[in-house]
Amino acid sequence: MTRAVRSKSLYAAMRPHMAGWLCASPWILGFLVFTLGPMLWSIYYSFTEYPLIRAPVWVGLDNFRYMLREDKFFYNSLRVTTLYAVVGVPLHLVVGFLMALLLNQRIRYIALWRTIYFLPSVVSGVAVALLWQWIFNSDFGLANWLLGLVGIDGPSWLLSPTWALPALIIMSLWGVGGSMVIFIAGLQGVPVSLYEAAEMDGANALRRFWHVTIPMVSPVILFNLIIGLIAALQTFTQAFIMTAGGPRQSTHFFMLHLYNNAFQWLKMGYASALAWILFAYILVATLFVIRSSSMWVFYAGEIKGR
Amino acid sequence: MSDPKPASRTSPLFLGRVIQGFGLYLLLCMGAFLFLIPFVWMISTALKEAGDVMKFPPEWIPQPILWSNFEEAFTQDYAPFDIFFRNTIVITVTAVFGQLLSASLVGFSFARLRWWGRDYLFLIVLATMMLPYQVTLIPVFVLMKTLGWIDTLLPLIVPFYLGGGAFYIFLFRQFMMTIPLELDDAARIDGCGTLRLYARIILPLSGPALATASIFSFLAHWNDFIGPLIYLNSVSNYTLSLGLRILQGYGGYGIQRWNLLMAASLFAMLPVLLLFFFSQKYFIRGIVTYGVKG
Repeated sequence: MTRAVRSKSLYAAMRPHMAGWLCASPWILGFLVFTLGPMLWSIYYSFTEYPLIRAPVWVGLDNFRYMLREDKFFYNSLRVTTLYAVVGVPLHLVVGFLMALLLNQRIRYIALWRTIYFLPSVVSGVAVALLWQWIFNSDFGLANWLLGLVGIDGPSWLLSPTWALPALIIMSLWGVGGSMVIFIAGLQGVPVSLYEAAEMDGANALRRFWHVTIPMVSPVILFNLIIGLIAALQTFTQAFIMTAGGPRQSTHFFMLHLYNNAFQWLKMGYASALAWILFAYILVATLFVIRSSSMWVFYAGEIKGR
Repeated sequence: MSDPKPASRTSPLFLGRVIQGFGLYLLLCMGAFLFLIPFVWMISTALKEAGDVMKFPPEWIPQPILWSNFEEAFTQDYAPFDIFFRNTIVITVTAVFGQLLSASLVGFSFARLRWWGRDYLFLIVLATMMLPYQVTLIPVFVLMKTLGWIDTLLPLIVPFYLGGGAFYIFLFRQFMMTIPLELDDAARIDGCGTLRLYARIILPLSGPALATASIFSFLAHWNDFIGPLIYLNSVSNYTLSLGLRILQGYGGYGIQRWNLLMAASLFAMLPVLLLFFFSQKYFIRGIVTYGVKG
């Protein structure tokens, strides 16, 4: 009798929560099966040798030791990926910002202009990689035709160890429309009254840009910087399709190295170790940017000196 | 004379303003030229004869215009693009559907229902957004292998029915938070159950979130490359992304059939471009609000 009452009251206590749990249950199940579980397995695999056809064998820190001391592609892939991010992401920000400034002017057919600049950023994947491989064709490509118009004898791009990575950076600038659109939204959020006040104080256009526009959109710059950085460190498809890491490893991105280890050579253990290093790298880079942001990002609602 | 009044509002001289305006439009045109010419180049190549592709300087208007390149790209026996197209459609439609269904239900739970542990679990949702997919890639692959799902379309579909990904849950949750709570109370008083509340009241009011989510979900699945690359082995299961790679590899080094490759690539891009032209507003809103890119 009392037991029945107690279980009834327990049921009554749980009942209001049941619906919420049930509606969230697809995610809870998915999180356990496709995120938390795999994360734990991945930690385990990174300490094993696991060629997929045999069960994993515990090897302790061997994978990490091999990575740091013997893997001759490891440092190179870090270097390539870092170079791509350090050059490409700031370039992306500058170009995106300049384009946003341009398209934030009062001009005719503004919607049409924005559509044109935004359009290339909606396409992605293998088709785009193939298009750019053809554009960078050294003999018949569009890039060298354009350079020829201004009298420059273009390089052999994807076939040249010097120019393959710059080619991929140029290609990524084609998709700058995404950050441009975010910058435009940021620019439009700057109150006109700030410009008017600065103008009354005698600030010229350049000073208004430097002391009003830049601080006011700095949170948007930070946002675009972080998003761009994370994406750049995970670059894969372009390099896989267009250069396969070559020539002479000059576009051998970290993610390409991870893919080759896992799915070409079936070194699942070692590839898991690489995945954690990539995660750590992304995390440290992001935290570094966020930490440094207190020096250059201005939040209008923030009280300085606290 | 057009009057492009620049936002800087500085130059008092009319002539100065005209020159400034002219410079602005010149810059805009140059930029537009650089952004559009790859598309023009692609279309031009796709319609050329094989021999005309290798001409320098290029002929911009193909002579003759070879529409049959599209047909030829489609009827290669080594790269059956009709099958790739069908597979891509099957994956995209079923995965987008699952992703929208489950992410909206979970988002609904986080936004509109009160339950023990909700806020802690939502923190976990946010935390998983920071986790790069590489960390779980290998164990999930092993799991799919254990299930015997390698070389089927299932690994590219089924996971999206389980929550649909943190980003989409977040998107729906944020949108559903903005719907007035009084609606729920009124519906409850009228005897409406939780599922009915979701299906009949909250979901129909979440149109903009559904539109944004479906666009980005569509882009992600349509363009996905690494998923099909690691899970699909037989050509009959390939998607367009993988099919393009066969076509790329077939020419061998140096003798790529660029006209066919561009025709096929253009075909793979076309649904995305069409979607963009019909729903530009949601594209821009999604990017501005959530900072995503397909």
